[in-house]
Amino acid sequence: MDLTLNIWRQTSKDSAGNFETYQLKDINEHMSFLEMLDVLNEQLEGQGKEPVAFEHDCREGICGSCGLMINGAPHGHLPRTTTCQLHMREFKHGDNITIEPFRAGAFPVLKDLVVDRSALDRIVQAGGFISVRTGSAPDANAVPVPKDEADRAFDAATCIGCGACVASCPNAAAMLFTGAKVTHLGLLPQGQPERYDRVTKMVHQMDKEEFGHCSNFGECTVACPKGIPLDVISQMNRDLLVAQLKGRSA
Amino acid sequence: MTIELKSGAPSGDIQTAWSRHKFSMQIVNPANKRKYDIIVVGTGLAGAACAATLAELGYNVLNFCFQDSARRAHSIAAQGGINAAKNYQNDGDSIYRLFYDTVKGGDFRAREHNVYRLAETSVNIIDQATAQGVPFAREYGGLLDNRSFGGAQVSRTFYARGQTGQQLLIGAYQAHAKMVAAGGIKMFPRHEMLDVVVKDGHARGIIARDLVTGQLKRFVGDAVVLATGGYGNVFFLSTNAMGCNVTATWRAHRRGALFANPCYTQIHPTCIPVSGDYQSKLTLMSESLRNDGRVWVPKDKKDAFDPKTGKVGRHPNDIPESERDYYLERRYPAFGNLVPRDIASRAAKQVCDEGRGVSYNGRGVYLDFSDAVRRLGKAGVEARYGNLFEMYQRITGEDPYTEPMRMYPAIHYTMGGLWVDYNLMSNVPGLFVLGEANFSDHGANRLGASALMQGLADGYFVAPPCIGNFLAKRKPQPKSTDWPEFAAVEAEVKQRLSTLLSIKGKRTVDSFHKELGLLMWDKCGMARTEEGLKEALVRIPQIRDEFWKNVSVPGSDTGVNQSLEKAARVADFLEFAELMCLDALERRESCGGHFREEFQEEAGEAKGEAKRDDENFAHVAAWEFTGVGQRPNLHKEQLTFDYVKPSQRSYK
Repeated sequence: MDLTLNIWRQTSKDSAGNFETYQLKDINEHMSFLEMLDVLNEQLEGQGKEPVAFEHDCREGICGSCGLMINGAPHGHLPRTTTCQLHMREFKHGDNITIEPFRAGAFPVLKDLVVDRSALDRIVQAGGFISVRTGSAPDANAVPVPKDEADRAFDAATCIGCGACVASCPNAAAMLFTGAKVTHLGLLPQGQPERYDRVTKMVHQMDKEEFGHCSNFGECTVACPKGIPLDVISQMNRDLLVAQLKGRSA
Repeated sequence: MTIELKSGAPSGDIQTAWSRHKFSMQIVNPANKRKYDIIVVGTGLAGAACAATLAELGYNVLNFCFQDSARRAHSIAAQGGINAAKNYQNDGDSIYRLFYDTVKGGDFRAREHNVYRLAETSVNIIDQATAQGVPFAREYGGLLDNRSFGGAQVSRTFYARGQTGQQLLIGAYQAHAKMVAAGGIKMFPRHEMLDVVVKDGHARGIIARDLVTGQLKRFVGDAVVLATGGYGNVFFLSTNAMGCNVTATWRAHRRGALFANPCYTQIHPTCIPVSGDYQSKLTLMSESLRNDGRVWVPKDKKDAFDPKTGKVGRHPNDIPESERDYYLERRYPAFGNLVPRDIASRAAKQVCDEGRGVSYNGRGVYLDFSDAVRRLGKAGVEARYGNLFEMYQRITGEDPYTEPMRMYPAIHYTMGGLWVDYNLMSNVPGLFVLGEANFSDHGANRLGASALMQGLADGYFVAPPCIGNFLAKRKPQPKSTDWPEFAAVEAEVKQRLSTLLSIKGKRTVDSFHKELGLLMWDKCGMARTEEGLKEALVRIPQIRDEFWKNVSVPGSDTGVNQSLEKAARVADFLEFAELMCLDALERRESCGGHFREEFQEEAGEAKGEAKRDDENFAHVAAWEFTGVGQRPNLHKEQLTFDYVKPSQRSYK
């Protein structure tokens, strides 16, 4: 298939960017979206031009590196799919495809389609862990966990930290990301001692990073390539309320 | 130069060796730990676990990764599970059995003491990860569940759906994040290590490139830890992440560290087959699928891929049971579809070489779940493998619940790596090497679910006391990035990068990488011959020469330049590939992942199986760098087997 691509090009964080248009011919439908961009970049490099910078690593949908706005949707319109797992069979001959970086004030563009998502790391650093020094753990079967709770914790734990939830949100909120971690650890018995400190500190950090607030649009859960359910946000809000009643502060 | 390779493993009873060794090691006083700076490169299971643990102990850790976040390292992609000798299933497992299975699985080319310690430590890993909140699969009673994996007859694999690597890495990453916030770890994401700085014979620092600004930076420490993964991307197409590279270990090798057994590469039997020339990487489907999936090809070539028409015969669902060859079950009745990876891979190659392969180009076999769906129901299969099936469907557009998956082997893991002693220290004092980057525990073949085990064992439990012991014996040293050694190495790195940018040739970096990869897959892949390896040894220097004359690397050395990053990595693969082929040529035997066609059993029940030569090759081949294009020096560490008697591996 032949395609027209409109791609955001930006030299560096502080420079202004603009869209450039590229034509691609004979794209195979079995290619992944990123392989299609590889073809473009091979052409550009062959002409001595700078290829389009984009982030990617595992190309198996699990590392969370890749993330592009494709025709206005993070990772494209196919549900529960990362950019690297999106294949060209989802497009057709003659399509116009607009490709932009994830847009959010908390994710500054570094170059072309590459953004800085380190704000998400700082939210985890604020409290997204269970404190257990190496070597101090009891036997793994000492604490049974009911299977349905373990499964719910797992569903929340599948977050890959790609930032699609933020990019899809009209407020650029990071509630789904943060809620997923709060829920994962808060549902497990191991996570109880720090449960209310954790949520307080993580939410505080989220606000500090200038992510927006949640207005219950629910775009995030639709965009999430792992299908993290929206109820992690209500779980987080519940925990936050309890934390406030307990008088916890960040 | 003569280098005496001593493992330094304690003598005496293997079952108490690690405890005795730990007791004999010196400890740094808690108040003194903060005087030491330790550089850790890599944030995968080994790197993140090591960085977090060292920081908890009180050392200052400087930690580096080339990705945008510590959570992205390729450990995250491991699917199936992690082994541990917990014996929760009461099925006869023990530390000794895991040790035995691993030595045997490695085809008797690993160091017994290291493997025993690995098996011993495995139980602590599960405890640690569970306490961190890693959501391992559980039974209805709330206790941990297990599954079986290749090369073992017990169920000792702990798993978290098909995302075990992700969950374990996130566990380590969270422990790591806590120490970043506490100030114990200074994290440098988007920084790529491009060289090691050695002063007075000791590893004392690194040169790293800031991938955002392009700036080269100097970092000094009391020890350097490399946890930088394997070199599978020398084949271009592999299941490794796109960024995985050999640069850190290769640069350390050029500074004096010995590279051991580079020819030991693992081919994973179940990967989604190649679909076209544009392909950028291969996707693995977890070995756990072989628990319930049955591997087969058509008995009749008419149902296979026909190179003349470019088409495959009957649809697999239309081929009756009697016309299918379940070749693993037929050849290996005891282990069936769960034979170790090297054996399953070669068997797939053999049936495809016979002209019975399927898929786009005749390089594929079926992995069929129809029996499992009948037995467990679709929901039962989905509960076990749901995300894997979904991934398969995304990539191929086919539904594995209703038609068999197509699979073919691909490069997945590399057992070779920098030589280390029992303390995980290379022959360069102060340079420690962990996880896939070292050579130590898997011999010539790694068993499934053992990579996660080794990465975490090294990172959480083995390296920290060994590094402490090393530091305790050396007083805190002066530290300065103004030493002439730093200036000299930085100047070399700068020169290399500016040369790459100045060539302005006609070919892209990827075109060289693909050319090298195809050559390596062809001559140094699943089966190797003397003739083919010699051909490769002629071709590689030619490709390298052309690379340095004709590569096109656009852009400059300031700011983000992904072409330059790739070019520097491919340049190192072009040097490393030669060593890999030389090692494969010199190892005149077949063992594990290294299969030399000249060395196979010729008659009897074992016909076609790998033929080891214990008399001449029961050693670690550790190579010393002497210059690009120069013949490296070979040093041998003799392996002894006092506990597991070498035998022909039989899975029949």
